[in-house]
Amino acid sequence: MTVAAFVFYLFAIVTVASGVLVTIARNPVHSVLWLILAFLSAAGLFVMAGAEFVAMLLIIVYVGAVAVLFLFVVMMLDVDFSQLRAEMVRYMPLAILIGVVLLVEFGMLYGNWHSAPQAEALRQAVTPDLAQVQNTKALGLLLYDRYVFLFMLAALVLLVAMIGAILLTLRHRRDVKRQNVLAQMWRDPAKAMELKDVKPGQGL
Amino acid sequence: MVEFILFAPLVGAIVAGFGWRFITETGAEWLTTALLFAAAIAAWFVFFSFDGNTQVVTIFRWIDSGSLQANWGVRLDRLTTIMLIVVTTVSALVHLYSIGYMAHDENFDESKGENYRARFFAYISLFTFTMLALVTANNLLQLFFGWEGVGLVSYLLVGFYYKKPSANAAAIKAFIVNRVGDFGFLLGIFAIFVATDSINFDIIFPKSAELAQMHIGFLWTTWNAADVIGVLLFIGAAGKSAQLFLHTWLPDAMEGPTPVSALIHAATMVTAGVFLVCRMSPLYEYAPGAAALVLVIGATTAFFAATVGLVQTDIKRVIAYSTCSQLGYMFAAAGAGVYSAAMFHLMTHAFFKALLFLCAGSVITAMHHEQDMRSYGGLRKKIPFTFWMMVIGTLAITGTGIPFTGDLFGIPIGFAGYDSKDAIIEGVWGANGAGYAFWMLVIAAAFTSFYSWRLIFMTFFGAPKGDKHAHEHAHESPMVMLIPLGVLALGATFAGMIWYNSFFGNEKSMESFFHLPTHAEQVADGGAQNILSQEHQIPNALGAAEATKPGAGAIYLREDNQAIEHAHHAPAWVKISPFIAMALGFLLAWVMYIRSPSMPGKLAESQRPLYLFLLNKWYFDELYDAIFVRPMLAVGRFFWRWGDGVVIDGSINALATRIIPAMTRAAGRLQSGFVYTYAFTMVIGITLLVTWMTLTGGAQ
Amino acid sequence: MISEDLSLLLPEIVLAVYAMAALMYGVYTGKDRTMPLLTWVTAAVFAALAFWIGITGPGTHTAFNGMFIDDGFSRFVKVTVLLSGAAVLVMAQDYMVRRGLARFEYPVLVALAVVGMMVMVSAGDLMSLYMGLELQSLALYVVASLRRDSAKSTEAGLKYFVLGALSSGILLYGASLTYGFAGTTEFKGILSTIHGGHMSLGLLFGLVFLISGLAFKISAVPFHMWTPDVYEGAPTPVTAFFATAPKVAAMSLIARLLFDAFGTAPADWSQILAVLAVLSMFLGAFGAIGQTDIKRLMAYSSIAHMGYALVGLSSGTQFGVESMLMYMVIYATTNVGVFAFILSMERDGRQITDLASLNNFAAKEPLKALAILILMFSLAGVPPTVGFFAKFYVLRAAIEANMTWLAVLAVISSVIGAYYYLRIVYYMYFGQETEGLDTGTMNIVPWIMLMGTAVIMLVGIVNLFGVEGLAHAAAATLVP
Repeated sequence: MTVAAFVFYLFAIVTVASGVLVTIARNPVHSVLWLILAFLSAAGLFVMAGAEFVAMLLIIVYVGAVAVLFLFVVMMLDVDFSQLRAEMVRYMPLAILIGVVLLVEFGMLYGNWHSAPQAEALRQAVTPDLAQVQNTKALGLLLYDRYVFLFMLAALVLLVAMIGAILLTLRHRRDVKRQNVLAQMWRDPAKAMELKDVKPGQGL
Repeated sequence: MVEFILFAPLVGAIVAGFGWRFITETGAEWLTTALLFAAAIAAWFVFFSFDGNTQVVTIFRWIDSGSLQANWGVRLDRLTTIMLIVVTTVSALVHLYSIGYMAHDENFDESKGENYRARFFAYISLFTFTMLALVTANNLLQLFFGWEGVGLVSYLLVGFYYKKPSANAAAIKAFIVNRVGDFGFLLGIFAIFVATDSINFDIIFPKSAELAQMHIGFLWTTWNAADVIGVLLFIGAAGKSAQLFLHTWLPDAMEGPTPVSALIHAATMVTAGVFLVCRMSPLYEYAPGAAALVLVIGATTAFFAATVGLVQTDIKRVIAYSTCSQLGYMFAAAGAGVYSAAMFHLMTHAFFKALLFLCAGSVITAMHHEQDMRSYGGLRKKIPFTFWMMVIGTLAITGTGIPFTGDLFGIPIGFAGYDSKDAIIEGVWGANGAGYAFWMLVIAAAFTSFYSWRLIFMTFFGAPKGDKHAHEHAHESPMVMLIPLGVLALGATFAGMIWYNSFFGNEKSMESFFHLPTHAEQVADGGAQNILSQEHQIPNALGAAEATKPGAGAIYLREDNQAIEHAHHAPAWVKISPFIAMALGFLLAWVMYIRSPSMPGKLAESQRPLYLFLLNKWYFDELYDAIFVRPMLAVGRFFWRWGDGVVIDGSINALATRIIPAMTRAAGRLQSGFVYTYAFTMVIGITLLVTWMTLTGGAQ
Repeated sequence: MISEDLSLLLPEIVLAVYAMAALMYGVYTGKDRTMPLLTWVTAAVFAALAFWIGITGPGTHTAFNGMFIDDGFSRFVKVTVLLSGAAVLVMAQDYMVRRGLARFEYPVLVALAVVGMMVMVSAGDLMSLYMGLELQSLALYVVASLRRDSAKSTEAGLKYFVLGALSSGILLYGASLTYGFAGTTEFKGILSTIHGGHMSLGLLFGLVFLISGLAFKISAVPFHMWTPDVYEGAPTPVTAFFATAPKVAAMSLIARLLFDAFGTAPADWSQILAVLAVLSMFLGAFGAIGQTDIKRLMAYSSIAHMGYALVGLSSGTQFGVESMLMYMVIYATTNVGVFAFILSMERDGRQITDLASLNNFAAKEPLKALAILILMFSLAGVPPTVGFFAKFYVLRAAIEANMTWLAVLAVISSVIGAYYYLRIVYYMYFGQETEGLDTGTMNIVPWIMLMGTAVIMLVGIVNLFGVEGLAHAAAATLVP
């Protein structure tokens, strides 16, 4: 076994194991931490595949931003995971059955997997020659040139996500008392109070 | 002209039926009556101006589908013109009569807005139209249209008093029994179309000789095509004309108003069967088997119905059985090959039978709707005009005349029935000699005389019986009812003498009247024959060979059909036998109902089984009830209870009330509202799809 | 190169730019007060674009290396989507204002969703398919929970989102399997790897997952579970929108994917579609019978209708596509009318969707009841309404493709389905005298939509307004 193979299997095993632990960890915070581990080992695998740019992206964006955001959300939310888990147990037998069936079928699939004969050629057709351009540049060429249409669409998707988030969460509650500083400052003491001369025995 | 005759009644029917609110009921009555009189006058004009050459007037194209072609039109030949005058004349008179008869009907309450008069007149006008469509048809389809049309209106009119259960039952019975016959008729039309590839008379008739050589597979074996068709058509004719085995509906049909009985169930519709057989004479000439069947059934019916008529006590039923019997005569004549005699009797019978029915209606009106003759008696003083008219009718139906005057003067002097009935009896003798049919008809003539005079004696002579009040208030009918009686009485008296030679007596007159080929002119046909196209009038100067082709004239007689020839030379005893039978019947009736009125009762006591047998109409109804009605009801009940109720309803109900709601509940339960259930369903779905694809390997 | 590509994409670009401009306008001016104006302008832009696309000359053009296809089929569907979107927008405007739903983001989101749909039907690549689908879906998730103070509405949006994410995952998994086999995501490339109608197991798995992911969007059974809850929970105008344009777009997307990428092996996907069709038709019919809420009923109705459209598609023929297109156009038109009425259902000024409230409606509003009767007959497929011809065409397609069993099942389910449509008619005409709906609450625009669609259902039988010929031409460009 070469070193490369050893490292690959190490990362692979860690990725799968931490992926399993994400789902079965009792504490949600632990889940997120396992997730971060899974991302890290996946980044390792990318490095092994020669995609160092993607590996860095994974670490910076997913580990650095997304996973940490998850951690905050999980810590802030008060979700009773034990109840959800109880529900899960009820359906576990059926779920396991389905899982096993699917697994067997995918086993069969990978057992006699073969790609189309022209698949490799088709795959090569879109990628710039890596001997000529480096990894990052090739990505850039694909993303901003060949797939610029998809890139623009992705931008629109993000725009919709943004509009949606604001639309569903931002609100001006009119039934809540707010402090209006200007109103406070411009308040005229003379008009703040009205004196009434109440005669005894008559009331207002 | 013929178009006017044909469609005037339809216009009347539509206007009276749908528009009477605009022209009032009285207006509807007079409108339809006036139209019918106009049509009748036109019909007489056509009758007298007709030269004997067949004409076809196409009014519009009706059906044109492949080789099936049927145009709506008028085939104008002697048969048609005879039927035109019969139908329109009787119908016009019945219209007029009905104005009086239907004026106040206690079955309807006009104060409650139950208007019936316009409806009645619309019905009888519609009937006239369909009957005319039947007789003017140049193809079997239009004929069948008319056939079913008259059946429909008959149903409507028999059940006119729809509040009476008995009327409804009678209407349904008439309809169903007719359906049996119509089924045979339809099969006959189908068979003709299969055999000749056409339903047009112009094409069928010239091919009748070929039909006789053809064989058709039907039921379990093959038959001679002409005979099969002849028998099937006769089944239809027998249903419509109430011949034996399919006759049971006619007496019950007397539930309808009396003018209806006169028009439909005596003079016109029931003779449609006779007309059909005569119309198809080229076919029957080549179908000896079928013709023999027609003869036997006709003669038997004449006898059977006459025997039943002997003991009936309902005045209308007596006349109804009499009609049945007379129709038997006509069929016997047609079966014997003397179609002209059948048509002759059809025409004279229309006059005197309509007369009898209308007189009966007058009597019934006078007696406050009492129809039992045992409650009559001594009415000749109360309603003298009706009495005399009815006597004329009876003289006509019994065939009263002076024997041997025919040989002396060339025309037998006597009432209409005398000429036509004797013509039939002689014709049957001429065809077959003194066989079964001949004797049946002679005996039936005696019975006819007996029951007809019995009716007169029981009604108009003797002491008044029954409800005293009714007798005291008996009165003559209004003028609108009496005029038709008078007109019909003229016909019943003179029609026979006027047309005797044209129909039967003289071969020369018959030839020109019916456009018959003379036997001398007959030549062996051969070579190319022109098949007459629509609207093609046969020129007078047609060659003899073509003129003798079947279908050229109104009726067709094969050259070996010598019945008329023989009949003209019948021995004296044959010619006088119906007269003797008539005289015997009259004497017997006189003895039993005038001399010693106690005799009938005693006779009925001593011959009780025979009496009951006749009274119950040979137990036909009971027999049919046992053989057909009950088993059919049982089968129907079985299919209703089990087939429909349990199997169909049950399965539908189970589906609708159990299975589908169960599925609905299941679908509802699936919709738990929890996301994980939904996700689970999706995953299960995709798993099943993947499994299915894995196992089957896709389409491979 | 790029300018040519962009010029093909111009309608989509115009709409996207308009959406952003409208957003800016709304944010910097009157906010929600601009909603009525924005709604009408958006609808006008939709209509203008539909007109523009409609008059675009014939021919098939591709852009961005085959990722975007502009052909007769896509133009037909785009016009349908745009017009139905415009109709739903304008007819709900009054409702939204009265019910406090007048958010100016709504027309903007609808416009962006329509951009997504337009991309979907023009997709020539699995990636553009997915991007279009997500753009559409994301906008729909948001508008489903537009009434954010209502538990039902937010629940509907959440459910839709979670399950939609699952379906997207399934779709992506199928796409990756397909890519793994074919080495390309381009439809043309995928098609080139299938030889002689034989599909490798890997590709078959990919196909199954792709169809499953897309079946979610058209709510075909068993991927339909979200539909009743979302239809019921979402605000009625949003439900109306869900029931029309996205269904047309997603159904057309399926046709596009199957014929462009898997067209040479129709036997494989045709049986999958047939099974989905049968399940949808029957579950739609059975499920609807038990409903008491008209919006839920319409959800099951749309499930069943998607089944019928799938019947046409599963025939795998050009006529099948034609019949599917006809079916979708007629379905969308009818639903516009029905929802125009549902929008107006209220009692004491409050929205009500209970079926029992229709009791005796015909006595109060005979004209409207008659219109609903016609629409229901059309949905049930009773001649002589246009809906009958919709069903007739898909059945004919199935029979011509020797799938008579499918046609027979479709007929049986339509008989069962007729029950709940006729039940609405029964309530209206023969129902008991109960507390009914307010009368005269209908705004003029929904009224026009209701009556117009009802008239179309009757008059359309003459020549279906020529849609048949257009659908034929559209189908011919997809299936040569």
